[in-house]
Amino acid sequence: MSEPTAAHQEQGAVISTQGLTKRYRGGQLAVEGLDLSVPRGSVFGFLGPNGSGKTTTIRMLLGLIEPTDGAAHVLGAPMPGSARRVLPRVGALIEGPALYGFLTGRENLLRYDAADPTADPRTRAARADRALERVGLAAAAAKKARAYSLGMKQRLGLAAALLQPRELLVLDEPTNGLDPQGMREIRSLVRELADDGITVFLSSHLLDEIEQVCTHTAVMHRGRLVTQGTVAQMSAGARGRLAVTTPDPGEAARVLKEAGVADLVTDGEEVSGEPPPARDLADLNAALVRAGVRVRSFGLRRASLEDVFVSLTGEGFDVAG
Amino acid sequence: MSQAETATGGLAPHSPTRPARAVWTLGLFRSELAVTFRRWRTLALLAVLAAVPVLVGIAVKIETGDGGSIGGGEGGPAFLSQVTGNGLFLVFTALAATLPFFLPMTVGVIAGDAVAGEAGAGTLRYLLVAPAGRTRLLLAKFSAVLAFCLAATATVAVFALATGALLFPTGQVTLLSGTSVSFGEGLLRAAAIAVTVALSLVGLAALGLFISTLTNSGVAAMAATVGLLITVQILGAIPQLDEIHPFLFTHYWLSFADLLRDPVYWDDLLKNLGLQALYAAVFGSAAWARFGARDITV
Repeated sequence: MSEPTAAHQEQGAVISTQGLTKRYRGGQLAVEGLDLSVPRGSVFGFLGPNGSGKTTTIRMLLGLIEPTDGAAHVLGAPMPGSARRVLPRVGALIEGPALYGFLTGRENLLRYDAADPTADPRTRAARADRALERVGLAAAAAKKARAYSLGMKQRLGLAAALLQPRELLVLDEPTNGLDPQGMREIRSLVRELADDGITVFLSSHLLDEIEQVCTHTAVMHRGRLVTQGTVAQMSAGARGRLAVTTPDPGEAARVLKEAGVADLVTDGEEVSGEPPPARDLADLNAALVRAGVRVRSFGLRRASLEDVFVSLTGEGFDVAG
Repeated sequence: MSQAETATGGLAPHSPTRPARAVWTLGLFRSELAVTFRRWRTLALLAVLAAVPVLVGIAVKIETGDGGSIGGGEGGPAFLSQVTGNGLFLVFTALAATLPFFLPMTVGVIAGDAVAGEAGAGTLRYLLVAPAGRTRLLLAKFSAVLAFCLAATATVAVFALATGALLFPTGQVTLLSGTSVSFGEGLLRAAAIAVTVALSLVGLAALGLFISTLTNSGVAAMAATVGLLITVQILGAIPQLDEIHPFLFTHYWLSFADLLRDPVYWDDLLKNLGLQALYAAVFGSAAWARFGARDITV
C-alpha cells in the first residue's frame, strides 16, 4: 500500500492549528489563538465547559465554519481548503446526531454515504449493515429514525461516522443523552477503535469520561486553550491529597500539622491535607503510629482532572465561559 | 465482492486518499430525488395538484349534465368552455387554473425547504462533512427541485387527461387558430405544454433555492418564497406598473397557450424561456455564492 506523503509532512500530528481564531459577526470571540496538536494514534480529550469554544473549534476543523484568523491542518492538509480530500478519511459526530425521521435507520446511513463521492455504491449496503452491527443497531435498522430513542439516534450518528475506514474520528459529546450502560458501550467502542489505530478526537464536558478513555487532553476555557498534554502528565501536575482514616481524628490532625501537612481538613473520621513536598509519606505514617494514633487507612488520593481544571482556571467546571 | 472486502475489512489507519469517481458523485442526485419524493409533504402537495383537474372535470360534467353550456363564457380559467367538446382541453384548463398559484406554491414549498430544511434539521452539517461538497449539494438540490417542477406539472396533466377522457368525448382537436389536428397531435401538443409549464417554474425554483440558503428555518424560507410569489402576482396585476411587468417571472406564464396555435406563435414562449433562464442564472449564482461562503452553525 502506497503511503501518502502528507502523512510524513504532518510529523505525527493528525490535527494541528496555529493561532486559530473565530470571531462571530456580532463581535463575539468564540475561539482565540488556538494552538492545538493532536498526535496520531491518540485518544484526545477536548475538555471544557459548555460555551468554551469546543464546538466552534470542531466546526472549523471540519470546514463548516471559516476561521477569522489562523490556520488549521487536518491529516496534513489545510482546512477548509482541502475538505474534499480530507473529510472522506474523517468520521464525525457533531453536536449530537441529526437524522431524517421519515427514513429508516439504514436508509439514513445510505443517504449519508451517498453524499460521499469517494464511497463505492456497490459496497454501500454491506458497509451500512456492518456499521449498524458495530454500534448494536442491527435489530432496529428497519425502524423509522423518528421512533428512535436519543441513545439510538446517537448510535446511528456513530454508525454514520463508521461507514468508511477512517483515520480520524471527531466525536463531539458522544455520550450525551445516553444511560450509564450506553455510555459504557460507547466508551468501549471508542477504545476498540483506538486499538485499530484510529485517532479519536473526543470533546466532552465530563471529566471522568476523559479520564477513563483518553490518552491526551486539552482544556478549553472561554475560547482559549488553557493547557494540553497527556492525561497522566496532567494529573501528575496537580499534587494529590493525603487522606487518613482514623478513630482519633483530633490527635491525627495535630501530629500531621506538626509534620508539616498544610490545608488540613477533618471530616468525621477522615483527616486530609496537602503533604509537604520534601517528606516521604512513610515518615508521616510512622509519626502517626508513634503518637499512638490508630490508623485505619492511609494514602495519597490522586488528583482528578477536575482538581486540575479548577487549579488552571480558578473556577468550578460548571461555569460557562 | 472482493471490492467489498477491501472497503470494509480492516480499518487501515494509513489508507491513502480514496479517489472520487465521477459516476459515484451522481449517487447524491439519486439520493436527493428519493429523499424529496419520499416526504409525506411532497406526496400531499402532489395529491392536492392531482385533485384540482378531477374536481374541475366533475364540476363541468355536473354543470353541463342537462345538456346546457357552461357558464356564459365570462370568468373561469381559459379553455373551460371547450372541455365538454373534447376531454383533452381539461389538460389545458387544469394547467391554466393551477399555474397562477397552486403549482408555483408547491414549487415554492419544495424549493424553500431544500437547504433551509436540512439546516434546521441539522442534517446539512452531516451532508457537508460526508463530504457532499457545497457546490455539488446545491446542484443536487436544484436538480431535485426541477424534477419536482416536472413531476408536479405532469401530475396535473396526467390526472386532467384521465379525468377528461373518462368524462368527456375525445377526438380531433380544434386549435385556437381554428384548424383541426388529430387527437395524437393534440396529445403531443399537451405534452409540450406540460414541459413548457414546468420550465416556466424554473425561475421561481432558483429564487426559492436562494431564499433557502439565507435561513436555517425551512418554514421561514417556504413562507418567504410563497409570499414573494403572491407579491409578484399582485404587482403583475397592477396596470400602472406596466414598465416592470416584462421582468416579472410570472409575466409570460400563460404564453403556453400559444402552442395551441397553428402555426405556433413562438415570440412569448421564447421570451418566457429566456426570462426563466435569466432568473435561474442570477439566483442560482446568488445561492451558490451565499451557500459557498456561509458558516454552518447549526
